[in-house]
Amino acid sequence: MTLLESHARTGAFARINPVAKLGASALIALPLILTLDIVSAATALLLECLLFPFAGIGWREFWVRTFPVWLAAPLTALTIALYGEASGTVYAEWFVIRISEGSLELAAATLIRVLAIALPSVVLFVTVDPTDLADGLAQILKLPARFVLGALAGLRMVGLFLDDWRALELARRARGVADSGRIRRFLGMAFALLVLSIRRGSKLAVAMEARGFGAPGPRTWARESRFGAREWMLLAIGAAISAAAITAAVLAGTWNFILGPS
Amino acid sequence: MSERARPAAVEARGWGWRHASRHAWAVRDASFRIEPGERVLLLGASGAGKSTLLHGLAGVLGGDEEGETAGSLLVDGARAAEARGRAGLVLQDPDSQVVLARVGDDVAFACENLGVPRDEIWPRVRAALDAVGLDVELDRPTKALSGGQKQRLALAGALAMRPGLLLLDEPTANLDPEGVAEVRDAVGHLLEDRSVTLVVVEHRVDVWLPVVDRVIVLGDGGVIADGTPDDVLGAAGVALAAAGVWVPGIPPALPPRPARPPGAVLLSAADLAVARVRGVAVASGVDLDVRAGAALAITGPNGAGKSTLGLTLAGLLAPASGELRAADALAAGAGPEPIRWRSRDLLTRIGTVFQDPEHQLLAKTVRGELLVGPRALGTDAATRVDELLERLRLAHLAEANPYTLSGGEKRRLTVAAALATAPRVLVLDEPTFGQDARTWAELVALLARLRDDGSAIVAITHDLAVVDALHAERFALGVAP
Repeated sequence: MTLLESHARTGAFARINPVAKLGASALIALPLILTLDIVSAATALLLECLLFPFAGIGWREFWVRTFPVWLAAPLTALTIALYGEASGTVYAEWFVIRISEGSLELAAATLIRVLAIALPSVVLFVTVDPTDLADGLAQILKLPARFVLGALAGLRMVGLFLDDWRALELARRARGVADSGRIRRFLGMAFALLVLSIRRGSKLAVAMEARGFGAPGPRTWARESRFGAREWMLLAIGAAISAAAITAAVLAGTWNFILGPS
Repeated sequence: MSERARPAAVEARGWGWRHASRHAWAVRDASFRIEPGERVLLLGASGAGKSTLLHGLAGVLGGDEEGETAGSLLVDGARAAEARGRAGLVLQDPDSQVVLARVGDDVAFACENLGVPRDEIWPRVRAALDAVGLDVELDRPTKALSGGQKQRLALAGALAMRPGLLLLDEPTANLDPEGVAEVRDAVGHLLEDRSVTLVVVEHRVDVWLPVVDRVIVLGDGGVIADGTPDDVLGAAGVALAAAGVWVPGIPPALPPRPARPPGAVLLSAADLAVARVRGVAVASGVDLDVRAGAALAITGPNGAGKSTLGLTLAGLLAPASGELRAADALAAGAGPEPIRWRSRDLLTRIGTVFQDPEHQLLAKTVRGELLVGPRALGTDAATRVDELLERLRLAHLAEANPYTLSGGEKRRLTVAAALATAPRVLVLDEPTFGQDARTWAELVALLARLRDDGSAIVAITHDLAVVDALHAERFALGVAP
């Protein structure tokens, strides 16, 4: 999981405020969620591909990180090609499967759309450090500190849960109950993990409270979360991609607003 | 540290606290006064309410919905619950005190909460890290620290608040001997200029004796002894030792030497490499024999792979390379490789006691916990279970929920649960970690008896006293290169 790795990143792009990265991803995704045509998604994807080389991650890392997207996108498209709403010429039909001109078109649009939304999000978030994101959410977006810091501290415990899960598994083998009843055992382990995590959580809460967490009076921030020219620039790029995608679709006459009349 | 707060005075007047879900008071009628700059060791049997008192002083017991308070507990004349930032608290478990992912941020956390201006935070963070001798970069990931370093990090986090009162709740109980010395020395260094008042809870008295100048003993009905370490330990030493406190000069009773020489080899490792994650061996080239009627102690520093080796010997992890063979006497038809045995086959062959008891609790009651193994085997073990409950002082808890037991009780329970199916080999991971002197002596006596009855004992341990008491053969693991 991207957010769990805390190794420091260098480079200009990594230092951009995570809130701006969040905003840029949202700006790119928004029009693509609102329309179902292929032109807007293709335009956005094309522009993104031109920008990826400047995102500060190597090609090798790019493929490793985006691998799940490349896997998921064609699968989604395949599903739609087989089961999507049929229209135009029907090429093949078998039981509930109907491959038609319309469903193929929709499948292509979906493939491009998934890539156009997911790839920039993954690329932008690879370089996000959870602590910086929390700083940004609390200082720039003014989300409540209790909530943001609680979530941040909780996130750090996920690693411990993975170790716990492994130990629970081994312990069940040691106790002689791992030969059968897989589902029951899984549920039992899930419950044990819940108990362990509540215990860990309450210990952490005491440790945080002992260090003044939740004290009355204003809280200060040791790390300033800056939002300057670079951040606005990134938002502008996001907005530009978004605008270009919409314009291209409207000009091509393919814009179909999912909430509008069809 | 140059700038520090003045030390705090502490006063308890008939103070008591009862958890909302309990009938009995955790602490009752506690009255004492601690002068600014005093260094106090707080002792008492387990369950005497020492931690509750520290939590009370730190102001983290919670409000009325959490429990009921009696009397008053004052820090510098103000109610402790309202004196946020005057007291810094360090707890026992290193892992559950780390709040943030980077060392500097974690230390800064308390300052932020107290509203310290940003320009002042970072000098405080550096000073606090210096004071505890934690010489690492500010952006070092906190998860890369050792247990001793994590505890010093927690100490730095507390110090950055510039507290007048430092509260330590068994801060070294979960550490190896090296970590214990690290933390104790860091605290000793802080106390040199008497700019902070110290209250430490710890049942290993010898660790803290060099730095404290007063001992308060908590018991039924409040403070039962109070004075200089020599006076209190002289007058109440025997009673404290009986209650589980490690009193210097009064060692716990040790079991007799092994009655017989070691018997047949049950398990043997040849050029064994062990790994928790496939492909990442943490120890390799291990050659050892586990013999019937003998104890084997696996020792070594943190990170040497002791626990992983233990889990591999126990037939729970597959060897990364090399060989682990069970002799026919142990395998009894199940084949030579323990990892290929069925889970049920392990029960009568190799029992395992995990470091954290909560990982292996399965039942709703203590008795049910002991019946898990026999039931999986389809045997009737009611008499054996009763006998074990009696022998491990758990009979009065037979119907209690295992999760509600104390640390020492949980440890005894997991040992009893492993013994319920009478395994030939018993593997224990840090069986004496954090245990009081009484539980320690009981465990050691029990293991010695099992050894003399012909079982093989494999103990992964930092505790050299256990190695000696069991007359165990030592297998020392080095740090992997």
